[in-house]
Parts: sequence; C-alpha cells; structure tokens
Amino acid sequence: MLKQMEGSMAVAEAVALARPEVICAYPITPQTHIVEGLGEMVKSGQLENCEYINVESEFAALSVGIGSSAAGARTYTATASQGILFMAEAVYNASGMGLPIVMTVGNRAIGAPINIWNDQTDSMSMRDAGWIQLFCETNQEAVDVHIQAFKIAEKLSVPVMVCMDGFILTHAYERIDMPEQAQIDQFLPPFNPRQVLDPANPVSMGAMVGPEAFTEVRYLAHRRQMDALELIPQVAQEYAEIVGRDSGGLISTYKAEDAETLVISLGSVIGTIKDVIDQRREEGEKIGCVAIRSFRPFPIAEIRKACANAKRIVVLEKCFAVGMGGMVASNVRMALSTQPVPVYNVIAGLGGRPITQTSLHNLFNEAAADKLEGLHFLDLNQEVVERELERQRLDECSGSVAENILRDIGAVAASKV
Amino acid sequence: MTQQVKYYQTGTYTVGNRLLDQEQRTVQASLDRSNALDSGHRACQGCGEALGARFAIDAAMRATDNQLIACNATGCLEVFTTPYPETAWQMPWIHSLFGNAAAVATGVAAAQRVKGKKEVRVIAQGGDGGTTDIGFGCLSGMFDRNDDVLYICYDNQAYMNTGVQRSSATPPAARTATTMPVGPNPGNEFGQGKNVPLVAMAHGIPYVATASVHDLHDLERKVTKAMSMRGARYIQIFVPCPLGWGSKPCDSIKLARMAAECGLWPLFEAEHGEITDSTKLRKPAKVDGYLKLQRRFAHMFKPGNEAQLEGMQALADKNIVKFDLLEEKGDEE
Amino acid sequence: MNKPFAITLDVGTSLVNHTGSWRTERPRYVDRIPPCNKTCPAGENIQQWLFHAEEGNYEQAFKTIMQDNPFPTIMGRVCYHTCESACNRKDVDEAVGINAVERFIGDEALRHGWTVECAPDTGKKVMVIGAGPGGLSAAYHLRRLGHSVTVFEAAPKAGGMLRYGIPKYRLPREKLAGEISRIEKLGVEIKTASPVTSVADTMKEGGFDACFLSVGAQVGGKVELPTDGSVPMFDAATVLKDLENEQLPDLNGHVVVYGGGNTAMDVARSATRMGALSVTVVYRRDRNMMPAHELEIHEALEEGVQLACLRTIKAVKNGELELEVMVTGEDNRPVGTGQTETVPATVLVQAVGQSVDLGPLNGLDGVEVKGGVVLVGKDMQTGAKGVFAGGDMIPSERTVTVAIGHGKKAAKNIDAFLRGEIFVAPAKHDDAGFGELNTWYYSDAPRSVRPVLDVARRQSGFAEVVGNLDEETAQYEARRCMSCGNCFECDNCYGVCPDNAITKLGPGEGFAFKYDYCKGCGICVAECPCGSIEMVPEDI
Ligand SMILES: Cc1cc2nc3c(=O)[nH]c(=O)nc-3n(C[C@H](O)[C@H](O)[C@H](O)COP(=O)(O)OP(=O)(O)OC[C@H]3O[C@@H](n4cnc5c(N)ncnc54)[C@H](O)[C@@H]3O)c2cc1C
Ligand SMILES: Cc1ncc(C[n+]2csc(CCOP(=O)(O)OP(=O)(O)O)c2C)c(N)n1
Ligand code: SF4
Ligand code: SF4
Ligand SMILES: [Mg+2]
Repeated sequence: MLKQMEGSMAVAEAVALARPEVICAYPITPQTHIVEGLGEMVKSGQLENCEYINVESEFAALSVGIGSSAAGARTYTATASQGILFMAEAVYNASGMGLPIVMTVGNRAIGAPINIWNDQTDSMSMRDAGWIQLFCETNQEAVDVHIQAFKIAEKLSVPVMVCMDGFILTHAYERIDMPEQAQIDQFLPPFNPRQVLDPANPVSMGAMVGPEAFTEVRYLAHRRQMDALELIPQVAQEYAEIVGRDSGGLISTYKAEDAETLVISLGSVIGTIKDVIDQRREEGEKIGCVAIRSFRPFPIAEIRKACANAKRIVVLEKCFAVGMGGMVASNVRMALSTQPVPVYNVIAGLGGRPITQTSLHNLFNEAAADKLEGLHFLDLNQEVVERELERQRLDECSGSVAENILRDIGAVAASKV
Repeated sequence: MTQQVKYYQTGTYTVGNRLLDQEQRTVQASLDRSNALDSGHRACQGCGEALGARFAIDAAMRATDNQLIACNATGCLEVFTTPYPETAWQMPWIHSLFGNAAAVATGVAAAQRVKGKKEVRVIAQGGDGGTTDIGFGCLSGMFDRNDDVLYICYDNQAYMNTGVQRSSATPPAARTATTMPVGPNPGNEFGQGKNVPLVAMAHGIPYVATASVHDLHDLERKVTKAMSMRGARYIQIFVPCPLGWGSKPCDSIKLARMAAECGLWPLFEAEHGEITDSTKLRKPAKVDGYLKLQRRFAHMFKPGNEAQLEGMQALADKNIVKFDLLEEKGDEE
Repeated sequence: MNKPFAITLDVGTSLVNHTGSWRTERPRYVDRIPPCNKTCPAGENIQQWLFHAEEGNYEQAFKTIMQDNPFPTIMGRVCYHTCESACNRKDVDEAVGINAVERFIGDEALRHGWTVECAPDTGKKVMVIGAGPGGLSAAYHLRRLGHSVTVFEAAPKAGGMLRYGIPKYRLPREKLAGEISRIEKLGVEIKTASPVTSVADTMKEGGFDACFLSVGAQVGGKVELPTDGSVPMFDAATVLKDLENEQLPDLNGHVVVYGGGNTAMDVARSATRMGALSVTVVYRRDRNMMPAHELEIHEALEEGVQLACLRTIKAVKNGELELEVMVTGEDNRPVGTGQTETVPATVLVQAVGQSVDLGPLNGLDGVEVKGGVVLVGKDMQTGAKGVFAGGDMIPSERTVTVAIGHGKKAAKNIDAFLRGEIFVAPAKHDDAGFGELNTWYYSDAPRSVRPVLDVARRQSGFAEVVGNLDEETAQYEARRCMSCGNCFECDNCYGVCPDNAITKLGPGEGFAFKYDYCKGCGICVAECPCGSIEMVPEDI
C-alpha cells in the first residue's frame, strides 16, 4: 500500500508488521518518533501481544531487551547518539550473548559539543560491538531492511542495528510502499530462539569465560558474522520474492561497472551522490558509486569486486575517528589492500552539515584530477580553523573551541537536544 | 500428638525441627529443596552470600513450584557460580551486566507476560554494589514501573568481588580498600551511605523487606510472601563476607545474628511504602560484640577512637527506636 | 538447544568441582555427654529419654530409663536430681524439670503396665541381701542380664528406706509396690522377713555364685543427753519404721526433732500429720547450713514446723528442753554462748544419722571395714571374693539414686565376674558444656511447676504432697531440654552449609558430610544448637 508518511512512522509501522513482543522506549532525537509511534500502536491495540516498556535510560532499554530476548520474546528498541553510548555496555553484551535484538539507530552526531543533527559517528562507535549493522539509503529501504533485520537476527542469533540518518530520513515525508501484514507473516516466521530462559529446560546464560575459551568465543562470533555475508543477500532475495521489492543485500552499486571514479558511501547521502553522478555521466565522466548496506559484517569480497576496474576510489563518510580519519575508508582500504588503486577519504556532513551537489561536484572534479589528499574534509571552513589556531597559539587557555567558533561565525544555535 | 503442645524446643528458630509438621519447617530442612545454588561453586569458605542466595532462591522456587527465572548482576555471586565450564545454578539463570539486573528482569518478566506464562516468575539479584550503586537507576526504574520482579540484594556491605571497596552500603568506620583506617577519621565516613530499603519504600512498591541469613524462617517467610504478590518487590539480605570483613568463616551466621540483635541490621517489612512489621530482638546486645569479631572494625577499639564506637552504638540505638525493635518479654510461643 | 559455546552452560556442571580439596579442617558428628547424664548417680541417659518424651513416645522413654534405673516413678519423687543442678538450661533460664518428667513417665509406665525384657537365663545364681534401692537395683540388672536372683530382706516388706524411711506423703506406697512388683515379675525372688545372719553361710547353703550386699544404714543414732526422763526420746529411724508398720508412735503434744537433715524434716512433717500441737526442729548451726533440701524445709515451714536454729540441747528437765544459743564461729562451726532458753517438749526425736549393722559380715574373710562402712574396690567388690556391696553401707553419699547406681555398677561387675572376666566401662565422650551450645535457637520457655497439695490437707493426713504433671506439661517440660551434645535432628547443619555439603539421611538417621564439597568453613559446628559437631584437623 502506498502512503505518504514520515520516515519514523514508516519504520514504526514496519516494525509493527514484524510483530515484536517487547519494545523498550526511551526518547532521544531523532529516533523518538519511532518509539512514539509504536507506543501509540500498542496502547491503541493496533499492535497486539506486545509489551511496550517506558524505561528510565537507554542502558535500561537495551538491558530490558536483553532480558526479554533471552526469555524468547522478539525484541525491538531504538536509540541515537548519546543514547547508544549510554547503552554501550549493553550493546556489547547483547551480541556477546547472541541475542537477536533489532535496534534502530537514528544516526546523529555525538557530543561534546552536543549536537542533535545527523552524522553516523554514533553507529560507528559501536561498529566493533558484534552487531550486524545495516545502513539505509531511503525510508523505503528502512522499512524493508527493518523487517529483514528481524529475520537475519533470529536466524543467526546476532543482534542487528538498522542505521538511518537522523532527520534526513527519520523526519522526511516520503511516499512509502508499506508491505501487507500477510506478506510479512509469510516472510517472517515466529521467533524460535536458539537459547531461552525456561524453567522446563534450565540453562545458565552469561557465564564468565576465561583465557582458555575467550578467543574461541570471539572467533565463533566472527564466524556468525561471516555467515551473515551469505544470509543477508539470501534474506533480501526471500523478501523480494514475497514483497516484490529488492531493497537490501550487502551493497548496491550504481553505474559502477565501467566507472573509473567510484564513490563509496553509506546512508541517505547516496541519493545526492547518484544525482551528481547522473549529471557527470551526462558530461561523459565514467563515475559511479557503491552503497554499503552492511557495514558489519563488512562485505570485503563484494567491495573488491565492485572496485575491480576503478581507477580511483572516493570514500565519502559522515563519521570521523579523530586522530585517524574515516572508519569506512580504513575498512575499504583494508578490503582493497591487494588492489593498487588510490582511495581518497572524504569526511563530510558532520553534525548535520548539508552535503550539497555543488560541493560534491567540486570534490569529484578534484578527485578526477587525482588532486585530492588522502584525507579530505568537505567544505571545511579553513578560515575559521586558522583563526582559532592562531588564537590558541597566542593564548594557551582559549576556552571552548566550539564556543569560540560559534562566536566567530556569529551563529548562536538554539536547538533542541 | 506433636500438635497438642505449642512448644517445640527450638520453636521456629532452627532450620528444621522433627517435632514440627513438615510445612512448618523451613524449605532448607526438606530433602527435596531445590538446591538452586548447588555444590561445587567457588565462593570462599563460609560465604554468607552463597548461603543467602540458596536460602532465598530455594524459598522462591518452592513458592513458585519451580517456575522461576533469576537475573544476576555481576559480582561475587555471579563469578563464583558460573565460571565456564561449570555452573552451580539449577534453574534458568542469566547474567548480563553489573548494573542492569533489574532491567534484565523487567525484560524477562515482560516476555513471560507477552507469552501468557503467568506462572513463571522472575527474580533479579545482585550484591550491594550492583544494587545500591551502579544498578540503582535500573532498580529505581523497575520499581517505578512496578514490574513484576522480586529484586534481592545480597548485602555484604562492600564491593567484594573487586577486592573490598566501599559501596553506598558500607557502614561507617568500616575499613575497605578505599576507606583505609588511617588519618583522623579512620575507615568509612560517618554520615554517608544510603538505606535502599527505605528508598525502595519511597517508590510505594507493594513489598519491601530486610532479612538476614541468621533467621531463616523470617527470610523464607519474607521471600514466600514476596512471591505471593505481584509487582515490584525488594528484599535486602544481610550476608556476612569473611574475606571482606576479616572474620572467621565459621562466624558468618553468628555475625548476622549479632548485627541484628544489636540493632545495626533491623529486620522489617513494608507494604506500599508503610512499615508493617519489625522483628523484635530476641537477645538485645550492644554493638561492640559484633564489631569485635571483624578486622574491618579493629581500629575502632584502639585508644582515641572511642567516638566511633559511640557513633555506631548511636546508630544502632536509633534503629531500635525507629524500627521498634524491642518488646516486653514474656509472651513468646 | 543449540546453545552458544561457553557463555551458556548446562545445569549441574559445578558438581565436577570438588571444593573439598580446599579444606584444612573437617567437621564430624560427635555425641557428647550432657551434664545431666554425667551427674546422674544412676547413670541415666536423661537427654536420650527426654528425646523420646519430646515426641510423646513415653514407652520408649520409659525403656530408656529402665536401661539404667528400674524406678522411674520413685525417682520422680525422691531423687535429689543432681541432674537439674547441672542442667545447662539453668544458664539460659531454669533447669529442665527432669525429675517431674521422669515421674510422669514412671506413672505412665505403671498405669499401662509397661515392662522390659530379660536376657536368656545364664544358669548363674546371685544372692542379694537387702531389698532397699541398692539391693533391688542390683537384683533387677542381674536379672535382666539373665541371672537368677534371690533377694533376702529382713523386714516384712521390701523397699528398705524407701518404705521404712521416706514417708508416704512423699512416696505413696502403691507406687513403691508397683515398681517392686515389676521387678519381681521379671523373675527376681524377694524373700521378706528373712534376715541374713551370716553371708558366708547363706551363700554356701543357697549355692550362690556371687553376692551383693546392700543392707543400708538402718541403725538410728542418738546423742547422749542429760535427762530426768520426763520427755520420752526416740531415734528417727525407729519412729519412721514404726510409722510404716502402723505401730503408731506417740507424736502428740509438743514434738521436738533434733537434727537438720532430710530425715529430721520427714519426722517433723510426719508429726504434723499425726496431730502434734507443735513441732520444733532444733539445729546446731545456721539455717542456711541445714543439710535438708531447701524445698523440704520450705514445705515443712508451710506446714507449720518451727525452726530453732543455732541451738543445742543441753538437758531434758521437767518436760522442757534446755537449749543453748550458739553462734557461728570459725570454719562455720557452732560455738556455744552460754546463754540458754527452754522449750516445752512432749516427745524428743533424734535425727542425727544412721549406722550400718555389720553383723551379717562376720565370718567373711577379707572384708575391710573403715569408719563403720565396708570398703569396696572399683568393681564394687569387697575384700571377699564374689561378695560385692553398695548403697549406704559403703563410703559414699547416702541417697536412693546413689544406691541404685551402685546396684547397677555392681550388677555389671558381677556379670563379668560370673563369666570370669573383668568389666570394662566404655570410653567416656567429651563433655557437652554450655560453651558447646548455641542457645539462640532455643525458644524461651519458663520451667513448669508441679501442682502441690494445699497446706490444710497436708496437715491433716499422709496424702501425696507433690502432684504429677499432666501430659501436655510433661511434654512441654521435656521439650525444654536442649539435647546437649546429642543431635536432635534440628536440620541446622543441613540448612546452614553454604556448600550443600551435608546429606540428610532421614528421620532417626541423622546426617552425613559430603567431603567432596565441604570446604571446612565450620558454620555447621558454630550453628549446631547442641554442640554435636566438631572440627578436627585434616591430615594433609
Ligand atoms: C528418713 C529418710 C529419708 C530419706 N529420703 C531420701 C530421699 O528423699 N531421697 C534420697 O535419695 N535418699 C533419701 N534417703 C536416703 C536413702 O533412703 C538411702 O540412702 C537408701 O535407701 C540406701 O539404700 P540401701 O539399699 O543402701 O539401703 P536401705 O534402703 O537402707 O535398704 C537396706 C535394706 O536391707 C535390709 N537389711 C538390713 N540388714 C539385713 C540383713 N541382715 N538381712 C536381710 N536384710 C537386711 C533392710 O531391712 C533394708 O530393707 C532417706 C533416708 C532416710 C532415713
Ligand atoms: C560497569 C562495571 N563496573 C565495574 C565492574 C567491576 N566489578 C565487578 S563485580 C564488582 C563488585 C561487586 O560488588 P557487589 O555488587 O557488592 O557484589 P559482591 O561481589 O560484593 O557480592 C565490580 C566493581 C563491572 N563488572 N562492571
Ligand atoms: S569475597 Fe565475600 S562475598 Fe565474595 S565469595 Fe568470598 S565470602 Fe563470598
Ligand atoms: S538441657 Fe537437657 S540434655 Fe542439657 S543438661 Fe538439661 S536435661 Fe540434660
Ligand atoms: Mg557487595
């Protein structure tokens, strides 16, 4: 059924189609609308047989989820930014215990400076936590991927994080083709847990494991993620067969076959990149892109294959490991370590800064001329940076960098946090 | 024959009593107790926590006809029971993190509800650190939502598993690795700490109680009562720790008894925020006998630290009044 | 379940971890000897029979008493119960009313006609002289051991001082007769009115293999007093014997009893019952030095007996006694003051001790006599081979229970002697002192009291003064016992072990340690209420 709706509501409806049994809710922008929507559905009776729990923190949200999932209930929660950091300990724990929880991350920057706008540093902070991480390009994809996430999670007993850009997707009104309940019921069987807390068949979950077995435990977790490399496309395929739409898999490519310049990115920015590619293709430039859907497990083979003929790779990412560079780029570089092709790393859109077509054109121009540095910051205001650096040179105690810059550019943002 | 006479030699204080009907004996007295926490665990000799946990869980198992799931916080109880590849638990049990046992239990309870398994009940449990400090937020949240969980705190008055550091349940003057008996106020500060049973009561939850390993009948009655109720319930059990307290392993129950009998560990119950009952002291005593058996209080008996001893006695005396712990003698069964 | 490796574990797996290897000391169950048992002159296993009584199993309690003492109903009336003075419970509240419970059991046994069995006949013949408590005890035990026993008794009825000393109001005669006839029914032959004049001859004539002598101290003593003959004088033993033989002595008018012991009380209280105008007990020393039991004195005073303490009789003149006032001197000796006073006296009874008639021993070689009593060895044997003795006639405390104990001990030694062996007593257990107990576990329970006849009825006849406990109270009293040193299956050890290292074997079977898991913390030892577990070093 086609509907014009907000991304968050679309995700809420999609999650409801998966018949979750326990939902833990805690507010944080920009994810809040999703759990609000689900709350109303549960309260109104539209979503039946579901416990909706207002918890006191994200740490509790995921902890409650750990409990309900361990007890065999299909479990969902959502968070963003500070929230995922607040629950960090539980994030690792859920995957370590092999609990197939599905969690949406409405991607948002991490403070300080506190910032409610979109980038993907929050999800990336948990990239090594043992969860499967799926990034969505569109709200339609978010709808489809959420439903698939439950199947993937439960088949592997691994939690899945569905990442969608805050505001750009969560708050965007778009036309959504919502699957029918019957289709989803056909696609997604009831949760049949690998392990469950059950008085009839008692086990002890969450044992302390020492050096004698810890490596094996970790290795086995890795093997499960490797299995996911096969399962994710397979589930996407099953979904396509029932719902009639291909939206998932490990990566998707756009005009990549003959591309000399191949842009790799993830999330909603892919849309803008595609528009720019189209324009440049018209100019005759051999440019294309690869959207990474599954960042964990990282689809090394698919990336290699997609990049096989490219002359240069531009990894554009909305996250940044201070003191190092982009997380996505380092992963791509590792994948391409045997291929002698330059990989340019572009950090863009941090803290919600728009990534404009103009900026992208400028960027790709430089890339095509192989004039990009290894690590490039899109639209970095060099002037502001220099002034601050100068101030710091003069005065060791110059105060908060963020405040100084804000004062400098004359913007005192009043935003909701 | 045995029922005619109302006096049973050891009354209702010993674990069992051949003169009593089975159902009047404790769960621990029965041959078919569940031994939910079984032999082979790695707790120290004379660990009060190991004992308290079996007491409480076995009682809850009996009360629920073994339809019970436990969610454990990190701490001694978790570490000594479930080092891979051996578990001492004979029941469905989960350990997730140090500070989230209450929340995990909320989730387990929610799953039972959604699956229509009304009979399966949930317990969360942890040490005092995992409860009164790091798990406090989750605990309060669970209370606030009145989730159908009995939370049991095994209070050994410090972070034992990490080597005896101060928690908010550590008593004043006590030596811990982070409150050493040096300087002008040796040991833990007076005037700090929190009384989580009282805080729990402030949530207005259906049931709050304190218990102790020395009074098994009382402990089991409280656990059983708690399991007969729905909603959030809280029991804090006093569990001496020979390692952390510097006491003899054989004295664990004795110390619990002495703590209660001097008023430092009042046994009481509360429903919906109001105290409903307190256990009267059988053989009231001063605090020093209790303190003397523990190295963590040894400095209190050095010249110059008399004020600390007086301070402790004052705390006990205050409890005795506040929780109404004395009774006129004479009308015991 | 396809469980995750290592993080999810199957139940029951900890049992492979044998924590018993941590132990440096091991607990073990022990029986200790409780102070009551230890002090009982008859060696009764008091804790054990109370254990049965606690459960209402009075017949078993009776049988347990009968292992050591054939007279529970008599004991429950006349025993001075040193057990109660030793009872650990006195340090908790008050001693267990052992004596009262014993009487209840004894009376129950008579009421139901309970009895015990004897071993098969051995064909050995033993002669006992004197049917007092000592002689009857020996006869009973010997009979139970299978020997044939004949008791020779000079008096017309059996009982010794139980009958001819202790008045009826303390020991009703049907109770006495009941317990004696139970012994007779076991096959003991009692020949009354059969004084033995020569032990050696009677033994030879009867073809006895051994002999037990328990002739008591039957001869009443008297102090020589200057008298004008105006006041008749008797000795207590004679008075009490006459009383029993219904040759009622003239105890009218002002009766004065000289002496401060139990015998004096028995005479004084009997006189009250005979209708004396006044009864005065004259005693040389201070009131608190009177050898009579406090309860006896108390009851006598209740009944109107007057005490004249710190007085000696100087002379008897004109129907009066001249008394000298004494003071307590050094070493608590009474010292005369020279000051005198007089009291009217219709009759004077001297209760100043009894002595042994050693006549029948003439002609027995080797018997050693010292201070008027016969010496015996550890085996109760006199210097004459095969002749054993006990009770008042040997050097020891003169009480019924001591005599019974002697009878038992002699019987065991005679039994061994008859087999040509030497009796070896089993090794003694350690004491169950108060320090061994954990008394917190025992409920508070004040001691129960036996009903007492009101004073008016006591003054007018020989009805029994002290009543019996009803069953409920008897059982309550039994349950006050703390079972010192002996497991009473309270399940504490089973419950308090942090390592589940104790197996409960079921009712009557006790417990066993699982040494595979016991870490040796010692909590079970500390929390055993009755001190029935001990720690011993592990051999490492
Ligand atoms: C008045 C009185 C009250 C007492 N009250 C108590 C009391 O309450 N509690 C207590 O524990 N103790 C009491 N005693 C002491 C106690 O009675 C004696 O210690 C006890 O009876 C001694 O027992 P026995 O067997 O040695 O001698 P006895 O009881 O004296 O028995 C000796 C028996 O031997 C018989 N006999 C003696 N010579 C011969 C012979 N040649 N041939 C055949 N038979 C012979 C006697 O007739 C007598 O029956 C009391 C004593 C007296 C005098
Ligand atoms: C988040 C976190 N912080 C700290 C720890 C370290 N830690 C593990 S157990 C423990 C002490 C537990 O103390 P308590 O809860 O009182 O239980 P006890 O060991 O005394 O029974 C600590 C501090 C941890 N596991 N997790
Ligand atoms: S440190 Fe204390 S709480 Fe921990 S196992 Fe040892 S005795 Fe028990
Ligand atoms: S309490 Fe019982 S066992 Fe202990 S001394 Fe008294 S009567 Fe004997
Ligand atoms: Mg602790």
